[in-house]
Amino acid sequence: MKSKLVSMSEAIASHVHDGDIVVIEGFTHLISFAAAHEIIRQRRRNLTLCRLTPDLIYDQMIAAGCATKLVFSWAGNPGAGSLHAFRRAVEGQGPDLEIEEYSHFGMVARFSAGAARLPFWPLRNYMGTDLPTVNPAIKSVTCPYTGEVLATVPALNPDVTIVHAQRADEQGNAQIWGLMGVQKEAAFASDRVVVVVEQLVDESVIRADPNRTLIPGMIVDAVVVEPWGAHPSYAQGYYDRDNDFYVAWEAISRDVGRMDAYLDEYVYGVRNRAEYLAKMPGTAERLRAKERVCAGVNYGY
Amino acid sequence: MGISGYSRTELMACVAARELRDDEVVFVGIGLPSLACNLARLTHAPGLVLIYESGAIGAVPERLPVSIGDPALVTDSLMVCSMADVFQCFLQNGRIQVGFLGGAQIDRYGNINSTVIGAYSHPRIRLPGSGGAAEIAVHAQRTLIVSALSPRIFPETVDFITSPGQRCHGRSRRELGMPGAGPVRIITDRGILQPDPESGEMVLMALYPGVEVAEVRAGVGWPLQSAATLGTVEPPGPEELRLLREVLDPQKFFLKG
Repeated sequence: MKSKLVSMSEAIASHVHDGDIVVIEGFTHLISFAAAHEIIRQRRRNLTLCRLTPDLIYDQMIAAGCATKLVFSWAGNPGAGSLHAFRRAVEGQGPDLEIEEYSHFGMVARFSAGAARLPFWPLRNYMGTDLPTVNPAIKSVTCPYTGEVLATVPALNPDVTIVHAQRADEQGNAQIWGLMGVQKEAAFASDRVVVVVEQLVDESVIRADPNRTLIPGMIVDAVVVEPWGAHPSYAQGYYDRDNDFYVAWEAISRDVGRMDAYLDEYVYGVRNRAEYLAKMPGTAERLRAKERVCAGVNYGY
Repeated sequence: MGISGYSRTELMACVAARELRDDEVVFVGIGLPSLACNLARLTHAPGLVLIYESGAIGAVPERLPVSIGDPALVTDSLMVCSMADVFQCFLQNGRIQVGFLGGAQIDRYGNINSTVIGAYSHPRIRLPGSGGAAEIAVHAQRTLIVSALSPRIFPETVDFITSPGQRCHGRSRRELGMPGAGPVRIITDRGILQPDPESGEMVLMALYPGVEVAEVRAGVGWPLQSAATLGTVEPPGPEELRLLREVLDPQKFFLKG
């Protein structure tokens, strides 16, 4: 089989187009900032960005002018403050940004429907809340078995989903451990899938521990090897979250000038992830994960 | 810190911890709720099961988690699952006994706004939104709200109901078909509120040591009623204070003030 290995710039050029519905998932863990930075560098426009937590990654893409619409369920800087590019847009102080808002359960349900190729997903939720009054896509259905009225959310089927994983083989069989978020559902819901990994491994490594595989190669279009590609988020067993940077983002993103200067230096001003890392000496030493290796299991029979 | 030797934030964390019973399953948020749950786990509730919406089940964080997806929640946990499992197999399944909530505005029925200040289409302040709060408010068997008092935070009605309380737009939880009991306590920095069993309105049930009723009334935007007999609250004990200050939050990340 032909290898799916490509560079980040090739992956984005081939699989992310102007006007696409784009998902870069990962709940706090394994967020592919490397892919987002390449999308910014290639100056993609009119994207609909979807994620449970827009996080710093979409704040940067909004600031860079990539997005016209945001679909989300929690838009804060986790543990540190606000996403100010997002806030400026929504509070009428910046370029227009259309928003479509759910709760986490609603977004998870949208990806579940998308992955199962169903038109919607039912959930027992939203009674008493004002969310359905501001988002007409949250509707209801009467259960044909019990008569109960349940909330529904529509399927979300992205054009492209980008997932960061600890390791994969060159066919894109991707293994993830630690928090798994909604990556499996988002990948299966998507027309195209790009897997970015800390480490490329031989297929025999995947086959030795098949329960660890979250995303099978058969749904993957491209594999990119990008060590530290999730910084300032983290990769369990590889490096810790850069909480200092998340705290620093509060002041950077609050000031349009500082935000632009950040993008100029760390995104437009570098060609790739290696150059990005070279701008922050000491980061690897500060964040490298400690050893907490598990013993493994017997797959014999 | 006052002359009493403890801060109001420390007392809030202790009061919240004391609401948790051993072997309960609790959906934890970041900040004071996380401190309270870990304090309970290290004192009277060693069997408490901490679930974080990120997918860590039975978490035993060795360091203070600063985000809800902190890697320390995974290490040595009982299970790590997808978020689809968190919301469907745990929360909607009815497995969560206690949920913690907070927000920018909390009204007289315990409805919480964490979405917008002002109109939704033209917000004065855009807040983060629901996250998992709406579904926790619907499904947890009971919820605990933790917040300092101020009339700005406790208006008579909220600008937007993100997480439903005891009555929403005139309708009770029972009429709306919500599985959980909703907010059973609001743990503030001056005392504890609880819903009136008939009306669902939040009333004062207990005062912290040295606090007058008027101080609590001044912190809410509606004419606050009091329970027939007001309870008292024990100040933090030396072991609770030691754990909070030396073990759980030595850098005062959440215990400021």
